[in-house]
Amino acid sequence: MTHQSAIWVYLSASPLFGLALTLICYLLAVKIYHKGHGNPLLNPVALSVLMIVMVLSLFDISYQSYFSGAQFIHFLLGPATVALAIPLYFQLGKLKKVWIPLSFALVLGISFSGFSAYYIAQFLGASEQTMLSLIPKSVTAPVAMGISEKNGGLPTLTAVFVVITGVIGAVVGGWVFKVFRIEDDSVKGVAMGVTAHGLGTARSFQISPQMGAFAGLAMALSASVSALILPLVLSLIQKT
Amino acid sequence: MNLIDKNREYNMPFLTMMTILLVYQLVGELIVLSLDLPVPGPVVGMLLLLLSLMIKNPFAVQLEVSTGFLLSHLSLLFIPAGVGVMVHLVRLQQEWLAISIALIVSTVLGLLVTAWSMMAICKLLNWKKAQS
Repeated sequence: MTHQSAIWVYLSASPLFGLALTLICYLLAVKIYHKGHGNPLLNPVALSVLMIVMVLSLFDISYQSYFSGAQFIHFLLGPATVALAIPLYFQLGKLKKVWIPLSFALVLGISFSGFSAYYIAQFLGASEQTMLSLIPKSVTAPVAMGISEKNGGLPTLTAVFVVITGVIGAVVGGWVFKVFRIEDDSVKGVAMGVTAHGLGTARSFQISPQMGAFAGLAMALSASVSALILPLVLSLIQKT
Repeated sequence: MNLIDKNREYNMPFLTMMTILLVYQLVGELIVLSLDLPVPGPVVGMLLLLLSLMIKNPFAVQLEVSTGFLLSHLSLLFIPAGVGVMVHLVRLQQEWLAISIALIVSTVLGLLVTAWSMMAICKLLNWKKAQS
């Protein structure tokens, strides 16, 4: 082994590599996204994941050794979830006005997006574990992984579904609202927050601040409501 | 709130913010573990923080400024989990059609059901108000 390849072997296994790679790819992806005038198809998360997977497979680095560095970013999902209390606090006034329609929309939206995926996957012959991992896919990642684990799904597979769902929501959201003539910003925001969690919220903030605020509110509420509702509905389904 | 004032003086908002968020998360995890709740710890932490802000809010504004950084780059935090797609490539290859149709259709349905149910209830409430 040459000296240079020894250095490479050391670096690719050290946490520094995964951490730096994630940040570099994200910054690059954000730049590309802005160059493309915020085209939702150039979603920064999808782009970064694609770039990172390409680099890792090119250099034959395992997900485990990548994650030893990337876990420091992943860990921040916990405190970020706690931090959602702050936008929620500032939206409390709005929440008081719309809490009745909002709570109906939350319960229906959460159950529908989770269990329609479950049944469609079942109909198309997916495995049991895939179906169970699909249920919390509209909930923000740390919460979704927790729900998946408690329901007998695979948390890491759920995380992948969560990210893909967020990207799909961010990409098709604007189009769906246009086709079905849904125009109210608060309604659009709630729909984005419930179905496409943080990525839908990030997209909503680009469209209008009001839509973003409602999306953030809906996402935070959905995180706590989903954790209660989804396991309950699943146990009812499994009993019948 | 003496602590926060001092921190503003020393310009150390990031460290204070992280400490506050982590302590709330920790308490949330402890409650979940000890009561065996079905809810993830960070969600309980979030509800506790919301409750504390509602009771006493002087540090809300400072927290809003300093957590802006964390929340504005929320999508960055999803990347390590997304790269996990590598581990599940075999499953995804076998079930890609079922998974992609389930994800796309359920996302569109979810958006519509959420939006429509919210609009329907709003209409119903206004209609009731107009009647009375």
